[in-house]
Formats: sequence, C-alpha cells, structure tokens
Amino acid sequence: MWKTILRRVILMIPQIIVLSLFVFILAKMMPGDPFTGLITPQTSPAQIARLRKEAGLDNPWYVQYVDWIGRALHGDFGMSYQMQRPVTSIIGERAINTLYLSILSVVLTYLIGIPLGVAAGRYEGTWIDTSIQFYNFISMSTPGFVVYMLAIALFGFALGWFPTSGSISVNASGVIGTIGSRIYHIILPSLLIAILGNASIVQYLRSGIVDNKLEDYVKTARSKGVPERVVFNRHILRNSLLPIAAFFGNVITGLLSGSVFAETIFAYPGMGKLFIDSVSGRDYSIMTALILLYGILTLLGNLLSDIIMSIVDPRIRID
Amino acid sequence: MDTSDELLLDIQHLHTAFRVHDHFYDAVDDVSLTLHKNEILALVGESGSGKSTLATSIIGLHNPRNTKVTGDIMYNELNLVGLSEALFNRIRGNDIGMIFQDPLSALNPLMRIGDQIAETLVYHTKLSEKEREARVLELLDQVGIPDPPLTAHQYPHELSGGMRQRVMIAIAIACKPPIIIADEPTTALDVTIQAQILDLLEDIQKEIGSGILLITHDLGVVAETADTVAVMYSGQIVEQGTVYQVFENPLHPYTRSLLRSMPQADSDDEELHVIQGTVPSLVNMERSGDRFAPRIPWIPESAHEANPVLHEAEPGHLVRCTCYKTFYFPDEKPEAAAAGAAGNNVQNPSEGA
Repeated sequence: MWKTILRRVILMIPQIIVLSLFVFILAKMMPGDPFTGLITPQTSPAQIARLRKEAGLDNPWYVQYVDWIGRALHGDFGMSYQMQRPVTSIIGERAINTLYLSILSVVLTYLIGIPLGVAAGRYEGTWIDTSIQFYNFISMSTPGFVVYMLAIALFGFALGWFPTSGSISVNASGVIGTIGSRIYHIILPSLLIAILGNASIVQYLRSGIVDNKLEDYVKTARSKGVPERVVFNRHILRNSLLPIAAFFGNVITGLLSGSVFAETIFAYPGMGKLFIDSVSGRDYSIMTALILLYGILTLLGNLLSDIIMSIVDPRIRID
Repeated sequence: MDTSDELLLDIQHLHTAFRVHDHFYDAVDDVSLTLHKNEILALVGESGSGKSTLATSIIGLHNPRNTKVTGDIMYNELNLVGLSEALFNRIRGNDIGMIFQDPLSALNPLMRIGDQIAETLVYHTKLSEKEREARVLELLDQVGIPDPPLTAHQYPHELSGGMRQRVMIAIAIACKPPIIIADEPTTALDVTIQAQILDLLEDIQKEIGSGILLITHDLGVVAETADTVAVMYSGQIVEQGTVYQVFENPLHPYTRSLLRSMPQADSDDEELHVIQGTVPSLVNMERSGDRFAPRIPWIPESAHEANPVLHEAEPGHLVRCTCYKTFYFPDEKPEAAAAGAAGNNVQNPSEGA
C-alpha cells in the first residue's frame, strides 16, 4: 500500500506542474507587478526599469517560470503587493486561524450530522425523518450569509453573547486566556457552519441506511437470529458509513481553505477572508499562492479519500 | 422420505398479506403444508407465485408494519405466527437456517467470512471465541471449502459464486438446525456449480437429518432432489404430492403446462411450450374462481369450480379445482386429453404436434 501511495504522490507532480503553469500564466496576464505598490510619483521610469531588470521581469517567460517555481519550492512566494510582507508568512498566520475554525466546524458538523442521518434513516417515513428532511431542505436553501448576519445581529449585538468579529480578544493574556478567547471567537461561526452545512452528511447517511436496510445481507443477519439493534449497528450502519468516510478526505482539504462567507462576514482573519481580500484588493501574489495551495490540497484530499476508502472497504484495494 | 419421520413444521391455513395503498392483499392464500425430518419439500412456481413470501413468513422476516400473517405455523408446539421478536431470534439461525438466492448480496461485503459464520454461533451457543473459530473451520471444511483457514479470513468478493453459496450453507447449518429453508439456492449459479451445491445440500441433509424446504422454479432440480412437491400459483397451492406422483401423473393444468414448458433433450425440432399471459400482480389478482383460468382460455368456464378447493386425486396427491379432469392443450384432441388426465403423460410434446 505504501508503494501505491508513493506512486500516487509521484503522479501528482505532473498535475501540480500543469496547475502551476496555469497559475503562472494567470498571474502574467494580470496588470501590475511586484513594484506597483512601491511606485510613487517621485519614482523615475529608469529606476522602475532597473528594479524590473533586477527582479528578472525582463527575462523570457520560461526563465521567469523556472525562477518562480524554484523560489516557491523554497517557500518563497514573493511579497504581498498590498501588505509588503512575505506571502508565506501572511498565509501561515491565516492558515492557523482557519485551522482552528475548520476543526471545530468539522467536528460540530459530524456531531450534528451523523445522529440526524442515523435517526432519519432508521425512522424513515416517520415524523422524525420528515422533520430532519425539512430542516435539511431549509438549511440547504438558505444562503449562509443571511443566517450569519442574522446571528451576528441577534447573538452578537442584541444579546451580546458572542463577539462579532476577529479571532482573539485584544486583552486576552496567559495561555488559558488566549486559548479561551480564540475558542470564544469561533463558537458562533463554526456552530452556524455546522448547522447549515450538514445536509450532505445527513442525506448520504440517510439514503445509505434506507438502501442497506433492504439488502439481502441484512436479511441474512436477521435469519441468523441476530438482535435488531446489532443488525442495525453492525450491518446496516457500518455499510452506510462508507460514503461518509470517503467524503472525509475532502473535508480535510477544507480545513485549510476555510469558509469564504463565514470568515468574511464574521471578519475572521482566516484563509477564506484572505482570498476574498486578495481578489478585491488585486493582491496577485497572494491570490496565485492561494490558488496553487488550494489545488495541491484538493489533489491531496482526493488521495486521502482513496486511502480512507481502501482502509474501510475491503473491496477496494489500492495495490 | 419416510412419512413416519418426525413432524417438524405444520403449516395450517397460512395467509400472508401485504399492504398496498392501505389495503391488505394475500400473497400467500390459505396454504397448508407439512415438513418432516429428512424430507426435502420442493416449492415450485413462477416468480410472483408467493413461494418466497411463504418462506419469509416461516422465518418471520416480514416488516410487521406492512404485512399481516395469519394462520398457524406450528414448530414443536410453538406457533411461529405472532411470535415475539425476542423469541423468534432464538429460533432463527438455531432451529431454522436460511439460504438465499444470490450469495454475493446475501453476505455482508465488509465482514470476513469467518466472522459472518461465527455470528450465528455467538447468539445461539455458549462457545468461547476459540471454540467458535474451530467450529467455523469445521463448517467450512464440511461444505467443501478447500482451504478453511484462508477462506475464513477472506471477504465475500474474494470468493467465486459457488464458494459463496457454500459459505451461505455453512452459515445456515452452523447450529445444525432441524429446518433449512433454501430460497432458490442454485438460481444464481452456473449449471455445473448448481449440481455441486445440490449434492452438498443432500449430503448435509443426510448428515444432520434436517427437513429442507427447497424453493425453486427449476423443475429439473425438483425431480433430482425433492421427496415431495407443492406447486404454487397466485399464492395458492394448486397441486401437491410426492415427486413420483407429480412428475409421473401431473394433474393440474398449471403443473402440466410447467412440465410441458421444459426443454426436452430428445426433441430438437419442437418449439417450446409457452404458458399464455403472466402471473397476475398482487393487486389485480382475481380472487374468485380458478386463478389459473385466464391463462387457459380455451377451457370452458363450466369446467372450473366456482370456489376451487383441493381434491385428493389419489392418497397424498392433492389438486385444486376439478378442471384437471377435462383439461387439454389446444394442440391436442379433447378426447386424448381426457385420457391424459387419467394417467398417461403429457410431458412429451411430440405427441400433441
């Protein structure tokens, strides 16, 4: 299996190269360059030309591409046009924030989604199932930002239970104080992400249970005299969890990419907000680094899904 | 079979009704059957005749919300109809073993073969884990698996169809149940494998002396393995008797049509006999008169009974409706057919053509 994983990782290299070429071409097509932010009315054209030459911007595109890739491999994605700080360190700070938010929201999504999916599937056709389906219908069709804004208005401003923006309080001190303040800031957004975003888990699980209930092996289990509770847990539920497990690889990808809407509306300094800010502020160096990062994360997520599938489903062997 | 053998299962006036649009329709309609120790009772009929429903009624696998089972299924003074789930779970697997049609879908894809066999033992025996493992290997060996320790650790998809069905049989016989229900056990298998599986079933039956209820639509399988036969049509038994009686002297038009539909090796230029029409669906079924009458329209209505009942044509040989006395195939002369009903065989299609 390790050999296969290694082979898959090696196979990812050409995919990443193609991705990086796209990103590079995209960046080249965009107006402006790294010195756009440095230029003042006093800067002479000769000075700009010298800076450009020093930065290698006069070289042919393939030389520039190789230079860029070479620096990227060393973790150097250049400077942010707007913030005048290395892209890598900006992304690093934001990634940590997003990681906190994502982990809590993923945990909450599964904590809410799995019991609801099990209940809906198990009591298919009853009022329990109907209510859960109705809730999912509402949660799927309501745009997240509407709920986020309502929640901020209600729980943030009107009731004052939760902070309305940021990732940590300014006056937080000490280890416990810092961690407490961080968690306090992410409770409301991650809870809302979980409440609105569990539909796919609930529905996958529900339909898996509804389908598996009718499978012949469930009849076999019953014909062995296995008690109904065990039939459900060991035979129906375990088989229904397969798609959820496969889905988990992509969930882990999402841990770093962050939620664009939630982070923006809660003014939470994470990756999603960084991406939106870089697009609206035309901060191309951050944008290209993020696109490349998201691309690589997606490839890794798919690989992870395949590995998880091969672990949980004996019919799938990746060797 | 020896009729003096101990009575295992005594089914009397069994009705199994399914709910369709808030009405209950009988899929099994007033069936009475008995199964003895060492007997192989074949239940024959087309798809939709209610034979599998009868089997699942015996083992209590219907969803009680949509199914109504009435009548009596007596097993050792215990009526399986209306038995509580807790009690039924002690019967299922322990006293009644079940073998399903498609062994791939009937085995849990995520569980090792050994664990699936051991599962039966967990709920019906006090064996320790070690003893269970030993018993699993013994069972796998008994059903003719070449390398039991290997197979016990394999998953269903790693085995061939025949091997999977052997595993299913191992599951069914794990607790040496007195009753085995085999629901089309060979339908999903190759012809060569079919013979092996049937031989295995017969061997096992001899070994543990079970009574087997063999559900099939394959008359060849019946002739080869069964002791007694019940032919079902539209939820009712239309003919019942020993294999010898039913094959040598088929009486009911349906049985005769089925036998006539079998390909014969000695006639190569004959078209196969086809029974007109289809088995009526549960909802559209005509519940008065002879249910098979619409499929033999050339027989006058007056030949059928208004409410056909089972008649004893000879000791132990039951047939429903009196129409069998005058039944003939359209390509036969009615006189010849009348003679045919009295005893000559109608299995030879060349005779009528």
